[in-house]
This record gives sequence, structure tokens and C-alpha cells, in this order.
Amino acid sequence: MKALYKIALLACVSAVATSCFDKSRPNYQYFPNMYEPVPYETYSEVPTFANGKEGQLPAEGSIPRGFTPYEYENSTEGYELAKANLVSPLDSAEVDLPRAEQLFTIYCAVCHGDKGDGKGNLVKREKFLGVPNYKDRQITEGSVFHVVTCGLNSMGSHANQLSQEERWQVAHYVMKLRSEL
Amino acid sequence: MKKVGNHTSFSRILFFCLALSLSFSFASYAQDAAPAADAGQEAAASAGAGDPAKGKELFNSLCAACHKLDAKMTGPALRGVSEKHDREWLYKWVRNSSELIKSGDAAAVKLFAENNNQVMTAFPQLSNEDIDNILAYTSEPAPVVEKKTPGGEPVAQEGGASNNLILGALVLVLLVLIVMLVLVNTTLRKVAAANGVDVSKKGNTISFWQAYARNQFLVLVTSILLLLSGAYFLYGYLMQIGVDQGYEPIQPIHFSHKIHAGENGIDCKYCHSSARVSKTSGIPSLNVCMNCHKNISEFTGSKDSTYVEYSKEFYTAEIQKLYDAVGWDKSAQQYTGKTKPVKWVRIHNLPDFVYFNHSQHVSVAGVECQTCHGPVETFEIMKQNAPLTMGWCINCHRETNVKVEGNDYYKKIHDELAKKYGVQKLTAANMGGTECGKCHY
Repeated sequence: MKALYKIALLACVSAVATSCFDKSRPNYQYFPNMYEPVPYETYSEVPTFANGKEGQLPAEGSIPRGFTPYEYENSTEGYELAKANLVSPLDSAEVDLPRAEQLFTIYCAVCHGDKGDGKGNLVKREKFLGVPNYKDRQITEGSVFHVVTCGLNSMGSHANQLSQEERWQVAHYVMKLRSEL
Repeated sequence: MKKVGNHTSFSRILFFCLALSLSFSFASYAQDAAPAADAGQEAAASAGAGDPAKGKELFNSLCAACHKLDAKMTGPALRGVSEKHDREWLYKWVRNSSELIKSGDAAAVKLFAENNNQVMTAFPQLSNEDIDNILAYTSEPAPVVEKKTPGGEPVAQEGGASNNLILGALVLVLLVLIVMLVLVNTTLRKVAAANGVDVSKKGNTISFWQAYARNQFLVLVTSILLLLSGAYFLYGYLMQIGVDQGYEPIQPIHFSHKIHAGENGIDCKYCHSSARVSKTSGIPSLNVCMNCHKNISEFTGSKDSTYVEYSKEFYTAEIQKLYDAVGWDKSAQQYTGKTKPVKWVRIHNLPDFVYFNHSQHVSVAGVECQTCHGPVETFEIMKQNAPLTMGWCINCHRETNVKVEGNDYYKKIHDELAKKYGVQKLTAANMGGTECGKCHY
């Protein structure tokens, strides 16, 4: 009987010792005031601002350095205008196709396919349908830039994932793919 | 000593096994349902004018960008559209809807206004036959699978019940075993008593502990051993303080990296785009989710959905959570403007006294995300894979060769460094990657 008590005691002790490991909580820290930053961390909740978020929108009307305001509105007319009038600011020396290919592979190929034939992985798996072959669409580099910036139909805007310059690179790469299809 | 992240208890393994067997049974159900749906489609094919199989192909490649069969998307739902409109009118509409609207056709103008004045892409390349095929596809009755789901749900519940049932049965078996052991023990004692054997009496010997206590050498050895092992474990415990390896918090939305990055093969940087260009890898903002989930409003699983660990309803409810947060009205296909933040729990968090820059590692060095974050594409629930300790950083800096090929601008300095250290290939450490000031300042 005594042995039984001892075993129970051992079980209890080990249970207490191991129950402290809770993987849904962060571990203890030695000197938290050296770990925890004094300034606000990215994405943190802060009491200073009215909406409680660290990430604040820039003041209305402000323009980031190096940013060119985009004048075509997100509508069918804007699309047509961009298609007809918008031309790439990049000259042939500035177009970096290997980098554009990388960007295309990350952001576009999952639906549009590596060759732009509309047969990306998501289309093959029938998660996302109706992705056209670039060949079947009358597109210009201006219209590609407009669509990547504003989105079209089911495609969302990719303006927050790609900078303006990167979008132009991708537009050039799309036109290259289209010519090869 | 490393802290082990996952503590697999026996009960958890048991649960896992049950869940596994359950998911297999689900998969087999899904397979049963599929041929039934096909049969339904074939029946409809013989009734309709066009070929619905060809129609489906055309529909998926041309129409599905804006139309779904049973739900409004950019354009209206198309199931049964051939009954709503005259066929000649539909031919005209598909080939060039704008012209039809301009001509002042009442039905066309009304339809245009109903769908927020969205212009439908013209498809002049489609022949009457093609459109007939598409219409044959859209005229198919709603798939049998959907009718089956109400019948399918009780099966799911049954599965849940049987889960508990099996556990209950196991407990019962254990109880019976214990009772049997006690019974056997008492009967054996009775038999011994009847035969005149005294079981409880012990011989006239000193106890084990007394003998042990008298042997001073043994006591010394054990106490030294105890002290050493105690020190070892204490050291191990102290060293893992502040290390969050295996940290796996419960997130407000159950996001499965396994489905997104693994099965669907979406690049890490598609969502974590700022890892390319900034210090922080970034929690994707919800508009990135909506780039795809505007269309994908429910989890459909795939035919080979053995990777699915939760039910379809569960995943669909998680997508609904996203819609609630971003303020997307699924039925109206519009943003309501009522948003609320999703309070994701940060997992990887370096102490404030360390500087780490994602873009430097991802874009400049070309390190794969998985090198530090582990095989995230296999994680159903995201967790911290690496210890993120200084020793771990330094190790990688010492062992990783820097890709200097094709970087002619720094060729001279690279050559000089290689000569200085007498190495063929430069490591990050050779280039100052272990200087204190690189990360601590």
C-alpha cells in the first residue's frame, strides 16, 4: 500500500512539473524589461490613438516619397482610359526581367500560370475559375498595370503587395509572356 | 538541453487516431457522393440541347471569373438563366451586352442596373453552339450532392457520437479489468487462507531502506548522482527560459498554412509581401485574404482531401469570421463598411535588444522562409519552429555560405576576404555576420 502512495506522489509531482509547459502561452523571461520594447511595436495595440492601433493611416492627401499619384479611377472607363493612354515609365534598360519573373511567380502565377496561360495551381485545383489566357485578352502594359493596381472582376488589387515600380516590371513581364503564348 | 515543444499525451494520441479514422470515413463518404453527382449530370445531358460537359469547360474558363451557378458574384447567378430569358436575346447579350443595352432593350437595361452597372466582357468569339453548351451546363439541376448534405450531416453527428462511444467503451473495459484484478486477488487470498498459507506475514528481514541507509558508500554515490542530475536538469530548465520554441497560441481565426501554402502552393511572400522589402515580415492585411476569399466563400475541400483535419463546416465558419472582420456581405457581394480588427497573436518575437531584418535575409541573402520558420506548409496550426536563440543565429551565420556568384560589384572585396580567412567559400560570419554590433546596438 505504501508503494502505491509513493507512486501516486511521484505521478503528482511529475504532473505538477510538466503542467507548467503550456504551448499556447509564451515562456517566462529573465528580464522582461529588456525583452519588451519601450516604443510601440509593429501591429501592437496602443492606448495613444483613438482606434487603438499602432499602424496609423498617413494623413489624408499625403504622398509617400517617390510615389506617383495614379490618375485613372477604378472603373470600366478608367480601365479603358488606362488601356489606351497609360505607358510604362520604365525604359528598356530599367526593365529587369529576371526580377519581374520572380515577382510574377510569387504574385500572379498561382492563378495565371507560369506561362500566363490561365492554368495556375489554384485553377487546376478548381479553387479559382475563369482565369483567362493572356492571349485571349486585348491587353496593353497600361491595362495590366491598371488591373494589378485596381483589380478587375474577381481579381483583387495587388497594390499593397507590389510597389508601383514592381507593378510596372510585372506588366512588362506579362506582355513578354503574352507575346510568347 | 532543448525544451521540447509538443507534449504528446496518451489521450491526445488516442484522439488523433480517432480523428484520423474518422477523417478516412469522411473521405470515403465524399467519394461515394461524387459518382452520384456525375450520374445526375449525365441524366441532365440527355435532356438538354447542348453538351453540358463542353459547356462546363467554357463556363469555367470564360464565365466563372464573374459568375457562379448558385450565388451572386460580380455578375448574377446563372443557374436556370435560359428560362429567364429568350435564347436569341441571350446570344446577343453574351456576344456584346453593351450594344444591347445601348439599343435600349428593356430587359438588358434593367439587368445592367440590377448589377451595379458592371459591364460584362463581350465574347464575340462564341458561336451559338458554344453558348448553347454553356446554357446546357447552367440549366443542369442543382447537384445531387447538395441535396445529400442534409442527409450527410447526421452521419457527421453519428461520427461524433461514435467518437464518444468508443472512448466510453474503452473506459468501461478498463473498469472491468480493474474489477477483475481485485476479484482475482481476493479469491487467491481466500484460496491461500483455506490452504493455511499466511500471505501477509513477512520474514524477519530488515527493510530495503534500512539496509540502504546503513551503507554509507551507496548513500554518497546516490547523493552525488542526484546532485549532478539535479544540476543538469536545473541548467536545462534555466536555459530554456525566454525560449519560445513550440509556442502555438490559439489564433482568432483558424488559418491553416497547410491548406494555403502547402496544398494550394501559394508562395509565402504572396501574403507576407513585406518580408521582401522591410524589416518586419508582416501580418497580411485582410484585403490580401479578400483577394481570393471574395470568390472562395466556402471550403470545398479537394477530391483527395486527406489533408483536411477539420470538417468543411468548420473551415467555412472560419472564412465567415474573415468576412465579419472585413465587413463583407456574402449574399449582397458588397462591403458593409463595418470592420473590426483581427487580433492575431504574435508568435515569433525577438527581444527588443536584437535587431533582425527580414528583407536582408529574404531578398539579399535569398534564405528560404523555411530555414528559420520550419516546414510551415505542413503546419495546420502555426507554431514557432526554431528556438530563435543567439546560438542558433550564430550557428547559421557560421555555416551558411554566402551566394557571391554573379555579384561582380563586390568581387574584389569578396576575393580579399576569402584570401584573408583562407577559405574557398565565404560564410556570413566571415563577412562580419558575428560582430556584436550587427544585431545589438
